[in-house]
Amino acid sequence: MAPLTIPLGHFLSVAAILFTLGVLGIFLNRKNVIVILMSVELMLLAVNLNLVAFSAHLGDMVGQVFAMFVLTVAAAEAAIGLAILVVYFRNRGTVAVEDISLMKG
Amino acid sequence: MLIQFIVFYVFAAIVVGSAFMVIASRNPVHSVLFLILAFFNAAGLFVLAGAEFLAMTLVIVYVGAVAVLFLFVVMMLDINFVRLRQGFMHYLPLGAMLGAVLLVELLLVVGALVVAPEVETLAAPMPPVEQQSNTHALGQLLYTRYMYLFQVAGMILLVAMIGAIVLTFRVRTGVRRQSIAAQVARTRADAVEIKKVVSGAGVTEGI
Repeated sequence: MAPLTIPLGHFLSVAAILFTLGVLGIFLNRKNVIVILMSVELMLLAVNLNLVAFSAHLGDMVGQVFAMFVLTVAAAEAAIGLAILVVYFRNRGTVAVEDISLMKG
Repeated sequence: MLIQFIVFYVFAAIVVGSAFMVIASRNPVHSVLFLILAFFNAAGLFVLAGAEFLAMTLVIVYVGAVAVLFLFVVMMLDINFVRLRQGFMHYLPLGAMLGAVLLVELLLVVGALVVAPEVETLAAPMPPVEQQSNTHALGQLLYTRYMYLFQVAGMILLVAMIGAIVLTFRVRTGVRRQSIAAQVARTRADAVEIKKVVSGAGVTEGI
């Protein structure tokens, strides 16, 4: 049924560790927006790894199609996020998360 | 089969190690470079799982575009990273605890995983590699059944591109640009003037 010789659990464990590292990165680098964006990319990579592993395990192509859409959205998100970051830095001269609280009401 | 396991563990170890370095390194430029390393090795894992096209897309899109964009932004902005670094050790105990809880939960889920028998009826069965390559199969699915979603994905990229341009575009004042229309409209009459100079009288400035 599956062309995957490596057990599914191994792939899923790697993806789980990667996802946890992404969450941990958001926790630890709470002041640096750039590292937070990179952590989000890591989490999306973990999700893609899960989708591809299940696709290979079940022999179903739809997982890879979905992984491709996730890739598209991740690229768009990175571009928009960094553009907002650049504009913010140009206006305020800083990218510290705690300074981004003008709209708290 | 053993060689596949060795390759898998090498790729997985480098992915996890470089992902750790992404969040732990002091210099954001190093973080971006480790992110690129993580993406390369994740592409290796994709190849190992039989998703060649996605692996190449990952290298092209992430390493070629997203990571370079990150590098560009990190290098272009003059940010005081020492100040942003403060509080790292302060958040470490709580963050590590929450991370450990999350990881244990995820691994428990992976350990208890059972594929339901209904899944045997697949949405799009993967053809054998001897008959059809991965790229061919993916394209055949993407351009037929998922055509509308594919178009929407293109739309998302278009909106992201326009949004990024609109956000970062600024009109600078006081910049002297070339005006081709003005250059072309210039005639000989307003460029050159011929003066008669009396022989032997010399020329004083300003005539």
